[in-house]
Amino acid sequence: MLGGWVATARVQGPAATVFAQTVEPSCPTREAFRATTSSVLSAAQKWQENKMILSIASGKGGTGKTLVATSLALSLGKQVQILDCDVEEPNVHLLLRPTIVQSKPVCIPVPIVDKAKCNYCGKCAQVCAYKAIAVLPETVLVFPELCHGCGACSYLCPEKAISEEGRQMGVVETGYCGEIDFVHGRLNIGEAMATPVIREVKRHIDPTKTVIIDVSPGTSCPVVEAVRGSDFCLLVTEPTPFGLHDLSLAVDTVKAVGIPCGIVLNRAGSAYSKVEEYCLEVDIPLLMRIPLDMEIARLYSRGVTLVQGMPEWRGKFLELFRNIKQALAVNKRVRT
Amino acid sequence: MKEIVVLSGKGGTGKTTIVASFAALAKSKVLCDCDVDAADLHLLLKPKMKETHEFRSGQTATIDEKLCTRCGLCEEVCRFEAIKDLKIDPTACEGCGFCAQVCPENAITMEENLAGHWYISETKYGPLVHARLGIAQENSGKLVNVVRQNARSIGQKEGLEYIITDGPPGIGCPVISSLSGANLALLVTEPTLSGMHDLERVIGVCRHFGVPALVCINKYDLNEDNTCQIERYCLEQGIEVAAKLPFDNIVTESLINGIPVVEYYVVEYYRGSIRGSIVQQLETLWSKISENERGG
Repeated sequence: MLGGWVATARVQGPAATVFAQTVEPSCPTREAFRATTSSVLSAAQKWQENKMILSIASGKGGTGKTLVATSLALSLGKQVQILDCDVEEPNVHLLLRPTIVQSKPVCIPVPIVDKAKCNYCGKCAQVCAYKAIAVLPETVLVFPELCHGCGACSYLCPEKAISEEGRQMGVVETGYCGEIDFVHGRLNIGEAMATPVIREVKRHIDPTKTVIIDVSPGTSCPVVEAVRGSDFCLLVTEPTPFGLHDLSLAVDTVKAVGIPCGIVLNRAGSAYSKVEEYCLEVDIPLLMRIPLDMEIARLYSRGVTLVQGMPEWRGKFLELFRNIKQALAVNKRVRT
Repeated sequence: MKEIVVLSGKGGTGKTTIVASFAALAKSKVLCDCDVDAADLHLLLKPKMKETHEFRSGQTATIDEKLCTRCGLCEEVCRFEAIKDLKIDPTACEGCGFCAQVCPENAITMEENLAGHWYISETKYGPLVHARLGIAQENSGKLVNVVRQNARSIGQKEGLEYIITDGPPGIGCPVISSLSGANLALLVTEPTLSGMHDLERVIGVCRHFGVPALVCINKYDLNEDNTCQIERYCLEQGIEVAAKLPFDNIVTESLINGIPVVEYYVVEYYRGSIRGSIVQQLETLWSKISENERGG
């Protein structure tokens, strides 16, 4: 359609610039072209503004991550994907009760040594950082539960005696709940490493949607793996010394990963005001308060989401989402 | 010496509150905080730090840009997506060293991480071993092992009767490190669907590692139907429900005041404002656990 018109075209990151030239100033296509481009641009901009990867973490457990994640997803309703990355104790499905469409095992590749080819040179044991392989005079011992699946041993074996086979660590299930896309991972009982399962859950991210990630408590590798790549991280806490202490650790963690964050104060209403003071002090926006209310706790205990049990909360969660977008915009302006 | 570890699966069910109360109730013990990435026990026990030790563990790759010829082999072999545009993302690097092994220019070196610190402290309740994992660090399981080993050696040296361990949430590596080889696991749950779901998984982990378990239902009156279901489930599984603790604001109050609830309660008692039976329940729970251990 633009054959012969385009003078210059340049693509830079997400932005594209096209200069077009018409032969006649009064050419009717000119107006049509202008209208089409501007509508395409505004649609693209709107899409860009709305889609976001939002992770929900906390440091301390049991502060209300899953409550916030599920109610926010339901309030947005459409064009949303929710990922439960707390693969040790996934709970989102208990509240959303999704229809599961697909279930896939998560495996990591562990070495198998071909005894016919092995000459016991010891290279594999020497390169393994996890001591998952040991070479004795006439045997090679593999400890699959220590193996991280990096692949160094099989690649570096001079005799090409090592192949790999998948060892199942857990499962990833995908499905839907109304118009919400659902993905979660489940670590097998007795398995130590959660990160391969989290990584696999995150491979399902649909970049055309608003993605909400429910994260496990803590501040170590599973949390970092789950929040990495998010545009924004919501930290849910409670007004107690434990809540504050673990919040400050979580803030340091998301800062180390380079993600802007905001805070949701759950069970608000006690005389303990140190969380609010902390937010002011470190200049992190307090984006929402959920009061201490036995009714809310009872709803949660029955597996009923806050917005389903108390529909008036829908507006507040939509406002939370607007606040997040605003905080992100402020953050971008500060950075540029 | 008996080692008792308090776990829950789901976070925020009351592990630390219960451990701090046991600290005040048990006579002869060493305390051990194995929730190394969000340790909170020290907020209630107010330790005086006696020893600080570095925890070095794991490695992170660094690329020497002067030697690098940008061949891209490192990026190709890395399975952890930790190298992008020939830059290492230290939070994604798992320290396997594959890139350093294959780099034709030897431009990549592996450096040991200072992954955290661990401490031996004195509290008015007895010695406490605790730790702080570095921000965004790995290997929490190894740090848990260091903490437990040190608690054990203190216990042996001082001839103490119990090691009481505050465990992390979840069922993964730090939980396994806290649990394996312990004498008893106390599993704290709450009558919510999440609490029940997570309890079943952590019971599975105890079975897997052959550690006997007792269950404590916290805030049992939040949903008594669910509490009944937990009791029925535990009966089927042959696991004793050793205590049911009521919901009581005094728990949050004691927390805000930085005092274990059993002691805070005593203060409040003399002020004439007794509420609930949570303290009696905690005392009964501890005596059941100590009897259980003497009997077994």
